[in-house]
Amino acid sequence: MLTVQFLARYREALNCESEQLPWQEEWQTLDDVRQFLVARDGVWAVLNDPRIMCALNQDVCSLQTPLKAGDELAFFPMVTGG
Amino acid sequence: MSIRVQTAPFDPGAELNAVHAGNLSVGAVVTFTGYVRDINQDQSIQELFLEHYPGMTEKALAKIRDEALQRWPLIDAHILHRVGPLSLAEPIVFVATSSIHREAAFAACEFIMDYLKTRAPFWKKEQTASGTHWVDGRDSDSDAAARWDTTNKETR
Repeated sequence: MLTVQFLARYREALNCESEQLPWQEEWQTLDDVRQFLVARDGVWAVLNDPRIMCALNQDVCSLQTPLKAGDELAFFPMVTGG
Repeated sequence: MSIRVQTAPFDPGAELNAVHAGNLSVGAVVTFTGYVRDINQDQSIQELFLEHYPGMTEKALAKIRDEALQRWPLIDAHILHRVGPLSLAEPIVFVATSSIHREAAFAACEFIMDYLKTRAPFWKKEQTASGTHWVDGRDSDSDAAARWDTTNKETR
């Protein structure tokens, strides 16, 4: 399994805070999971945001970061704290 | 304090005094306080909501603090950030760096804010007369953080 979190604007657009995905052997990077989600069409196109940010196990990473079953991913828009 | 994420308001003056109290080797404290302002991009703000990523937030702030402590000879570094609903003019964020001499504290405080702005999982949502909207990230913040990739205490 893979846990995927969506935050802020994405969470609202998808009406989804968190989702468990059955692990797929062909997934190598966070971008593979992002593309899998975007392929659902409709609101999921929000994840095509060119300035999308992501985290793996609660650490900011790039879309090219490798992942494995059991990981926690998060997709979110550019952060705006401070 | 070190790292604190809270919904309750805070008093920056009291936080500053606490940073200095009890450590006589502190010769310099530099602080940054960010406030909720009333206008953003020509729109009048009524209220601000700060969303975060529970679980990751404190970890991300601790990582930024650790990096500052590695780069500069600091006595300590503290980061305090509000989440949830905030009213106009309230403090949002407070960063304090302490050191023996001022140079390290100045540079480290700026570094922490630049990294916080681009790496810590907080998102602002503004309430205006015409409704609520998410604040867009700014490329200028990314540029400010990027300069630290090649700049450190050796070259500043």
